[in-house]
Amino acid sequence: MSGLGFTPNEMMTIAASRALGNDDVCFVGIGAPSAACNVARLTHAPGITLIYESGTIGTAPDVLPLSIGDGELCETAVTTVAVPEMFRYWLQGGRISIGFLGAAQLDKFGNINTTVIGDYFHPKTRLPGGGGAPEIATSSKEIYITMAQTRRGMVEKIDFFTSFGHGEGGDHRQRLGIDTAGPTLLITDLAIWRPDPATKEFTVVSLHPGVTRQQVQETCGWMVKFAAALDETPPPSELELKTLRDLQARTKAAHEGSGKGKAA
Amino acid sequence: MVKFLPLKQAVAENLNNGDSVAFEGFTHLIPTAAAHEAIRQGFRDLTLIRMTPDLIYDQMIGMGMAKKIIFSYVGNPGVGLLRRARDAIENGFPRSIEVEEHSHAGMANAYEAGAAGLPCAVFRGYRGAGLAAVNPNIKSVTCPFTGEVLAAVPSIRPDVTFIHAQKADKKGNVLVEGIIGIQKEAVLAARRAVVTVEEVVDNFDDLHPNLTVLPRWTIAAISVVPGGSHPSYAHGYYARDNAAYLEWDEIAADREKFQAWMQANVIEKSADDFAARVEHLRKAA
Repeated sequence: MSGLGFTPNEMMTIAASRALGNDDVCFVGIGAPSAACNVARLTHAPGITLIYESGTIGTAPDVLPLSIGDGELCETAVTTVAVPEMFRYWLQGGRISIGFLGAAQLDKFGNINTTVIGDYFHPKTRLPGGGGAPEIATSSKEIYITMAQTRRGMVEKIDFFTSFGHGEGGDHRQRLGIDTAGPTLLITDLAIWRPDPATKEFTVVSLHPGVTRQQVQETCGWMVKFAAALDETPPPSELELKTLRDLQARTKAAHEGSGKGKAA
Repeated sequence: MVKFLPLKQAVAENLNNGDSVAFEGFTHLIPTAAAHEAIRQGFRDLTLIRMTPDLIYDQMIGMGMAKKIIFSYVGNPGVGLLRRARDAIENGFPRSIEVEEHSHAGMANAYEAGAAGLPCAVFRGYRGAGLAAVNPNIKSVTCPFTGEVLAAVPSIRPDVTFIHAQKADKKGNVLVEGIIGIQKEAVLAARRAVVTVEEVVDNFDDLHPNLTVLPRWTIAAISVVPGGSHPSYAHGYYARDNAAYLEWDEIAADREKFQAWMQANVIEKSADDFAARVEHLRKAA
């Protein structure tokens, strides 16, 4: 994306950060969601409450954590609670407005697989698994998902239901007795997607600057639906871009700096 | 009643072949030194329990010590996959292992139920999730008051739990602070608990009254091992060695490289080697 002055990944992170508000209480997944949440906190949403599953509530890290339990998260948190309390009182108790997840495999109904590629009992690739995701996906009031588009990642049928999105679509959540909204937003490196109000299938509502419909389809394993009135995502502002790049530079320096190269 | 013991003796007295064992620590205070001592003593047929198996279970699985693993996230946090665990699950190398997989909420509730002396944990979980179909230990119960269908999992009651903590006082009471994870529940759920600590102080008289202190009579043995949670960290003592987590990805990717690394860094070393490993991380803490 040389001509535009920003990369597709930067656009993805910044578009995701814009979806978060000052009053949100956000359960943050590691990786792309973590970057987006902290850019939001450092730009338009300084009051946002960021929660990581290690029990750190209201954290404000200066660098992005490598794991969900880096010391920086605890040092800057309003409070740090035990893991059972995290999942019982705060997540199950209905205190989380947005669960922000990444995905290895995603289908058009927002169901996520991070468990296995292939058969569960004889996997071709054993992935790390769900961690907190199965309950984040059903106990948070709504779910945002962010991932870079690939045909391997965005598939017609996922190999395993690590966390439930809209299932087979329509009212599948309600039929299972799940009363939260589920996935309401998908931000990729190419577009912004929202579920169709009736079918719950993710539909492209906004293309990032310079992106074509064809590019979105070529990097997606299902037949993509586009909204009738398609927006163009506003490009990153100078402040957004500077905030993200500074954060990533600080992060890189911090993680390399604690390495063995500097020892002895 | 708690005993202060050298780590070698504490592990030998409390761990047996065939035990179910939890080496807990939720990304913080991971009991690496205790795990390495268990590896040196060569225990077999262990059921390894842990929410986030991490490097130490990758190492124990790679050394063929595990017959079963109970977990909720089998990854290298922030880096990617655990390659020795993958080799065992995908290829049965160096032996096949039984897998019992839960979510974090499931494991956390199960430890809490274990600490509470309950046979099972009840919570709102696994709705629409595939794990319920592949793990026979995930069942459901109906609330007798509201009729809501809730998830149920058996409580976790390890034969022995190992944790790492910041400090003990001279009587053997233990302080855990920072990201406290599941340590307290894992200790109270177990039949026996062994704690490695950074240091021993005279007393805890000036501590805040609500800090997480495990009374000495809840613990079987304490071993003083400064740096004992490297490459994890000890809040207030030394920082996480993120570079070591990145390096592990390469070491564990290759069977021979893994064996050579284990020989040089675990088999031929002792608990006394941990202090030097965190020296360069102390200022950053």
